[in-house]
Amino acid sequence: MADLEQFRAETRSWLEANCPAEMREPMRDDDDACWGGRNFKFKNAAQKQWLDTMAAKGWTVPDWPKAYGGGGLSASETKILRSEMAKLGCRSPLMSFGIWMLGPALLKFGTEDQKVHYLNQIARGEIRWCQGYSEPGSGSDLVSLQTYGEDKGDHWNVNGQKIWTSYADKADWIFCLVRTDKTNKYQGISFLLFDMTTPGVTTKPILLISGNSPFCETFFDNVVVPKAQIVGELNRGWDVAKYLLGHEREMISGGGLGEGMMSIGAAHKQVASEEAVLRADMAMFDIDTIAFRAHSERFMDEMKNGKGHPAAPNAMKYIGTELNKRRHELVMAAGGSDALEWESSRSKGGAKPRSWLRTKANSIEGGTSEVMLNVVAKRILNLPGA
Amino acid sequence: MPLYHSEDQAMLADTVRPFLAEQAPVKHLRTLRDTNDATGFSRDLWKQFAEMGFTGVLVPEENGGLGLGHVEAGIILEEIGRNLTPSPFLTTAVAAVEALKAGSAELRDHWLPKIASGDAIIGLAIDEGAKHRPAATALVAERSGNGFKLTGKKQFVLYGHVADMLIVSARTSGAVGDENGITLFAVPKDAAGVTTDVDRLADSSLSARVTLDGVQVDSDAVLGEVDAGWGPLTKLLDAGRIGAAAEMTGVGGAAMDMTLDYIKQRKQFGTIIGEFQALQHRAAHLYGEMETARSVVFKAQQLLDDDDPRAEMFVAVAKAKTGNACNLSVREGVQMHGGIGMTDEYDIGLYMKRDRGLSEFFGDARFHADRVARMNGY
Repeated sequence: MADLEQFRAETRSWLEANCPAEMREPMRDDDDACWGGRNFKFKNAAQKQWLDTMAAKGWTVPDWPKAYGGGGLSASETKILRSEMAKLGCRSPLMSFGIWMLGPALLKFGTEDQKVHYLNQIARGEIRWCQGYSEPGSGSDLVSLQTYGEDKGDHWNVNGQKIWTSYADKADWIFCLVRTDKTNKYQGISFLLFDMTTPGVTTKPILLISGNSPFCETFFDNVVVPKAQIVGELNRGWDVAKYLLGHEREMISGGGLGEGMMSIGAAHKQVASEEAVLRADMAMFDIDTIAFRAHSERFMDEMKNGKGHPAAPNAMKYIGTELNKRRHELVMAAGGSDALEWESSRSKGGAKPRSWLRTKANSIEGGTSEVMLNVVAKRILNLPGA
Repeated sequence: MPLYHSEDQAMLADTVRPFLAEQAPVKHLRTLRDTNDATGFSRDLWKQFAEMGFTGVLVPEENGGLGLGHVEAGIILEEIGRNLTPSPFLTTAVAAVEALKAGSAELRDHWLPKIASGDAIIGLAIDEGAKHRPAATALVAERSGNGFKLTGKKQFVLYGHVADMLIVSARTSGAVGDENGITLFAVPKDAAGVTTDVDRLADSSLSARVTLDGVQVDSDAVLGEVDAGWGPLTKLLDAGRIGAAAEMTGVGGAAMDMTLDYIKQRKQFGTIIGEFQALQHRAAHLYGEMETARSVVFKAQQLLDDDDPRAEMFVAVAKAKTGNACNLSVREGVQMHGGIGMTDEYDIGLYMKRDRGLSEFFGDARFHADRVARMNGY
């Protein structure tokens, strides 16, 4: 315990010395986030400095082994680092599907060479990844996917189409589910990695109800993928995908519930004092959010110590995304007609309504709420049936 | 502290669970109810609670207790909730103990060993109206001789009719609604001028309306400081609130388990009804609500045990969240049981009644949501 207290003190003074002031201000929107990658345009020098300093320390991925670019911290030390960062208001140095999703899959299924190569790139924010899962005909029923990789000896020749690929137009590489055996539904899918600049890869942003395009359609036309770029065994990509979906669900469940996120009523004091019923709704929302934050903490503690139920991320994803949608409904209600403005500079280009509409996808992407409830019912509650 | 039980806590749970399931299952409640038992709980069981150390769980070791915390008290309360065991445990061994810890050495040394040994029942005379509003204390304590004279009415005093001592909140200054100006008193049951009118509540527990008519007490009956009773009262209420929340995790958890068992067996249209997605989704949603409640109760217990300044807000959140989740559990429970859930013979209805009582006790979800809003400045 004394060691941990010392670690806390050292961490705090290191953060105070190394985190630039600009990186301690709350993020206003997604635009303030650092995503890294070959083509990323840093918003300012502080953002780049913060990423490089944290990456050099291994703290973009504090609990990964040092050999892979991590900080080699224990679960308790990682928790302390996160809480000290939250106390000082330090921004996350790097947002990354590589950290949240591909990294954990590589740590579990990757070869040593793959870990050293890809994980270090991820930790330093050099390569931005996107995820190629869903297809036009394979949403909730993902395992029916059709994108096909034909065996050509030293490589696969990949043809097909993905949809809802987050930031595919900005990503450098993709981790992608590809059918490599048409005769076996579950054990006929492989988990492939390839460069988005490979000839034959094209992306087309999808305009959403929010007016933004965070997702793309991604097309593969005779894309050559070398055989070394497979994670896990041939035709066993579904195991990797399932494992990784757990991480994706954790990530989405946390949407809008960061430590620094304040009470919704505290953020709308004026209207809360004038609208009694809205205030009551906000208070009940705060109850649910604060409780869910405690639940997330327990979930992480249990997962780290192997005590959690393997299907628990599905329940977390369901609760977290439904809460985030509810938060944005309340933000819209609090904003009234002001919050309807779509293009004015006063409304920062309609930030509120666009965010509100964006959250509607939270309970669809990464497994719909209905699928999450199905999984909880079957795997945790052991209810019978299909 | 991680949010799961330590080895010692897991061992305590392993001891408490079979003990209560064997000694005080729901049948025990039915017997007390059906025989219209005048005490409302079993004195024999209470003695066993003392022998097991339960009654002294929060009592410091120097006063004959185990000196444990709210996490451990919560483990016992969850099982009490699970079995609907009637007992004055929450009021006496949890809420009253925390108030007494803030009292004089004399009060502590007199009452805490008696509580630990199972020889004292304490009633909480706080509420004066139908809704919990502790600052709205109007019962008057006037200076009189060497002490005070108390006059007024209290209600929802669980097991107050058999209490050896009542902790009474009284107004010594200020206006009704002020937190300042409240004083807590430890009033012995045989004090002249105390009358209790006992009623059986919907959940079969016995609750008293207490009238104090010029009850004279010495100044050493003051628990804490004169006019500054809000401090020990808050200790009492927070302990009671997190305790009630822990008990509700047991009530709601058992109701959910019972309902899941039922829908895994009941057949209609030639199908086990638990196969229907309409029920599966509601059951899965309920599971999420109950687990979230359980997590925030645990968090609040740890914060209380650590004397963390965030404890008060987390206790309020825990009481509100658990109130809502447990209420959902019993409502879904009765509905999913169908007709049989409406019968007295089946236990699910008893869980619905206990939820209603515990939800109301120490403030319902709306009361605590309002407090959370105030604590967050709106």
